[in-house]
Amino acid sequence: MSIDRAGNDVLVTDPESATRSLLEVTDLRVYFASARQRVHAVNGLSYRLQAGRMLAIVGESGSGKSVSARALLGLLPHTAQVSGSVRFDGTELVGLPEREMRRRRGADIAMVFQDPARSLNPTMRIGTQITEAVRAHSDLDRNAARDRAVELLRLVRLAAPQRRFFEYPHQLSGGMRQRVMIAIALAASPRLLVADEATTALDVTTQAQIMELLLELQQRLGMAVIMITHDLGLAASYAQDVIVMYAGRAVEYAQASTLFTRVRMPYTRALLGALPQLEREPHTLLPVIPGQPPDLSALPAGCPFRPRCDAASDDCATAPPFAEHEPGHWWACWHPAEETSQDGASR
Amino acid sequence: MTAVDQLLSVRNVEQRFTARGTGGLKSGVVHAVSNVSFDIRAGETLGVVGETGSGKSTLARAILQSPRPQSGEVVFEGAELTRLRRRALVAARKNLQMVFQDPFGSLNPRWRVTDLVEEPLAGFGVRGVARRQARVRELLELVGLDPDTHGRRRPRELSGGQCQRVAIARALALNPALIICDEAVSSLDVLIQAQVLNLFEQLRRELGVSYLFISHDLALVRQVSDRVAVMHLGQLVEIGPAQGLYQRPLHPYTAALLDSIPGLDPVTGRARRPAPLPGEPPSPLHPPSGCRFRTRCPLAQQRCADEEPALRELAPGQQVACHFPLDQQGSPFRDAKAS
Repeated sequence: MSIDRAGNDVLVTDPESATRSLLEVTDLRVYFASARQRVHAVNGLSYRLQAGRMLAIVGESGSGKSVSARALLGLLPHTAQVSGSVRFDGTELVGLPEREMRRRRGADIAMVFQDPARSLNPTMRIGTQITEAVRAHSDLDRNAARDRAVELLRLVRLAAPQRRFFEYPHQLSGGMRQRVMIAIALAASPRLLVADEATTALDVTTQAQIMELLLELQQRLGMAVIMITHDLGLAASYAQDVIVMYAGRAVEYAQASTLFTRVRMPYTRALLGALPQLEREPHTLLPVIPGQPPDLSALPAGCPFRPRCDAASDDCATAPPFAEHEPGHWWACWHPAEETSQDGASR
Repeated sequence: MTAVDQLLSVRNVEQRFTARGTGGLKSGVVHAVSNVSFDIRAGETLGVVGETGSGKSTLARAILQSPRPQSGEVVFEGAELTRLRRRALVAARKNLQMVFQDPFGSLNPRWRVTDLVEEPLAGFGVRGVARRQARVRELLELVGLDPDTHGRRRPRELSGGQCQRVAIARALALNPALIICDEAVSSLDVLIQAQVLNLFEQLRRELGVSYLFISHDLALVRQVSDRVAVMHLGQLVEIGPAQGLYQRPLHPYTAALLDSIPGLDPVTGRARRPAPLPGEPPSPLHPPSGCRFRTRCPLAQQRCADEEPALRELAPGQQVACHFPLDQQGSPFRDAKAS
């Protein structure tokens, strides 16, 4: 492996590590190989998720958040090389035969994608599509599966489910289509739902509705949720735990309430500072950091954020370990910001 | 009719599209922009917010006369654009430029960056290769690109943020008085987005450019705008100074939009949990009678169905189209959430 793996092999342990985790991801690595280069999308990601919690994975484009989530379900193209371990309820998912993976996909872990219009079949009635998902995971007969599908539509609070059952995707609004996608994802009662930018394509008012729905389902069904988003505000508003990713690794992890009030990692601080805020005065310049996200085919040694970080020093040529520096608060940085409220960072 | 210091005056602009019903789709007339009027003063930035289908982009294109609006007036720098013939319109557009959402889609993929930026200069008769090339260098430096390294590249060899800078350099090439930004930073990651927003701000300070800044992101619009207009289903429902409109929205729809934004309180770092607006947005083919927001409005009464509310000024410079505007206490949604 060409990249530095020092320090990243540390296992994430939760404060309540006595309780068994639903999902344990350990040193997950994904690279895409072509004839010319290797793109290292995920570089040693480790985290644990307890049943029934909502975890947000935030990061910019190319931070590896989506690739790492797809790796959980084995949904990567065959050019992807996956190593490390993903244990779901004690079962190792990495390297599982496709047949076995297929059985578990949807039943254990289900996924909702960004674009509901492209995830639904435009030529099939939505009821048929949900019924198909129900029957793929159970031996219900046609009528029972149909009843279950209507029930699912009701669960996701689609207005007039009996009528909508016979409609096509184009007859539905973006928000309604995303509700249908969630209904399909819930068809086999998964214990973990992965929502990959599930509200990004939606308007703010619809986004708030869908997030409320996910939160309600998480609580009612006791389901764990991983929400993948580039929107820190969204993560802060809904998730219980937050992982910030940069260049394929986790750089900061804590409960949302801790993370956003006591930011330690300079990268997280930069992200928060660059966020337009309703409270900010108009025509003020935003605090920006220079440079571009790193090239994943030629990652520098040491801390990947080093070239853009104003706290960087010679120490940063060695990759900082991602470790629990304070109870429940993990970060990977040699020079964490002093503990202040986020006040200073965002002004 | 319009004051001298107005850079752009839009009066009663209407844009309708006939939707033909094929393949089971409903047919009818979409009122994409209905009776919209506003002004932009020289050096001022007007933000336009609204959800998908509210007519923001159609409005921007109606200003550029591409396509021309069905009725209404667009006066830019004293010229009535809707009456201008082809040639005169092209000349007027020199000072009226646009930056689009998708930087890759708006740049010819086969051209080099220098050629892309030179094109408007050549098109508007800046004579002499040397003069044009000098101007291209100047423009690229202005938008924070290195003419020597980035100049020879093609769009696919650049990142999204860099492409957007090229698009901005093109828009700036002819020293426009007004730049229309249609979701110009929406596709960029937050750190790059901040860089581009700062660039817009620097250009405003240094060159006195005005902007019509269209976005669905209310926090972003707040950051750049002097005044903000809120659109809903083709209509202007509220317009006013950014400060007042965000602190004390008068239209229930503005309040609902503000309450839908997830975010962080910058002082405490605590999260703001949005209060969702119930229901689905109405179809633009069959908008509700009277006030088009009434089907989702918690304050709607019979009068809202019977009578279409007109814009009226309720606070200094702040106009609202609502029969029952919110009072000093603010949003009905927010009140419920605070308790």
